[in-house]
Amino acid sequence: MLLESYYVWPLLESTHVLTLALFVGTAVMMDLRLVGIAFPGVPVSAFTGRLLPWTRFGFAVMVVTGLLLFYSSPLRYYHNLFFRVKVLLLIVAGLNVWLFHSRIHLRIAEWDHDSRPPRAARMAGLVSLIAWTGVVFSGRLVAYNWFDCDIQPQPAWVNTLAGCTVESDEASGASEDDAFRVAERSPSP
Amino acid sequence: MMPESWYPFFEWCEGTLLGSAVRDSIYAFPLIEALHLVALCVMGGALIVVDLRLLGLGLKQQGIAQLAAHVRPWLVGGIVVMLGTGVLLFLSEAIKCFYNTAFWVKILTLPVALIFTFAVRERLLDGLDTGRSSRLLGATSLALWFVVAAAGRWIGFS
Repeated sequence: MLLESYYVWPLLESTHVLTLALFVGTAVMMDLRLVGIAFPGVPVSAFTGRLLPWTRFGFAVMVVTGLLLFYSSPLRYYHNLFFRVKVLLLIVAGLNVWLFHSRIHLRIAEWDHDSRPPRAARMAGLVSLIAWTGVVFSGRLVAYNWFDCDIQPQPAWVNTLAGCTVESDEASGASEDDAFRVAERSPSP
Repeated sequence: MMPESWYPFFEWCEGTLLGSAVRDSIYAFPLIEALHLVALCVMGGALIVVDLRLLGLGLKQQGIAQLAAHVRPWLVGGIVVMLGTGVLLFLSEAIKCFYNTAFWVKILTLPVALIFTFAVRERLLDGLDTGRSSRLLGATSLALWFVVAAAGRWIGFS
């Protein structure tokens, strides 16, 4: 249904991409503060208290539009290498958020005004920056079919990571081999 | 909206060395596109933090001018990367862009948004406090950049 409608898919995709600016954009600003390379003098609690609701709102829009886009052709995405990388990075980013809020953020009062937060907070900011950059990169590349299962031959590691069941892998490989050998055995006159 | 007399220029763009280099590589366009999106996040974040503040939302305990000064290097850096990657993407498919309405919407609103941001918003920020004029400033900025971004995304669909 989603794929068939003329405007729904592009509108969902556009919303997903434009919300990046809100979600990842505000997250990046907070991460830069955590890493200690921006907003000196602005307390970290201003970000976690006043900006984070906007980040969360953006995230909610990303999740809803993202799930709908996934639902439009789940099997294709499930076997897409970049999609798998993206999901892994999302898990890393999620764990990082959980770690930050369940541990590092608890003692924020001690370093709220430090322009260079403690090491753990700086690490959380850095991991977040790297993970979300990776999510954006792999997310954009999901659209390309370089490593899709129906485009063979692919290197074995691609087929393994993308979970491709290459039909008659050995058979087709063998026949190609055979053809090669036949060609080899019978030199052109 | 698409003056025919510009066509030779677009044709020339498409034929440039950079344009054909991007076009001839399977990987260049997608990777440049991805970088364009990462820069969108940095630039968008830098814009949104200040625009929310102008609307009286988000980091509203900080001074408007102070906040704008904090994000400036990231805003400028983000825009520079956006322009650099954007030009590369354009050169690789300039003729497609010439016939693309979304491209024209974007290319005409982009200078307006840039001038608004660096000549109007930047100047009016000083000493401004939350009020009717700051809200108008923030809303205009968000609306302008929204059109640029939405039209930009739409180039790929049409």
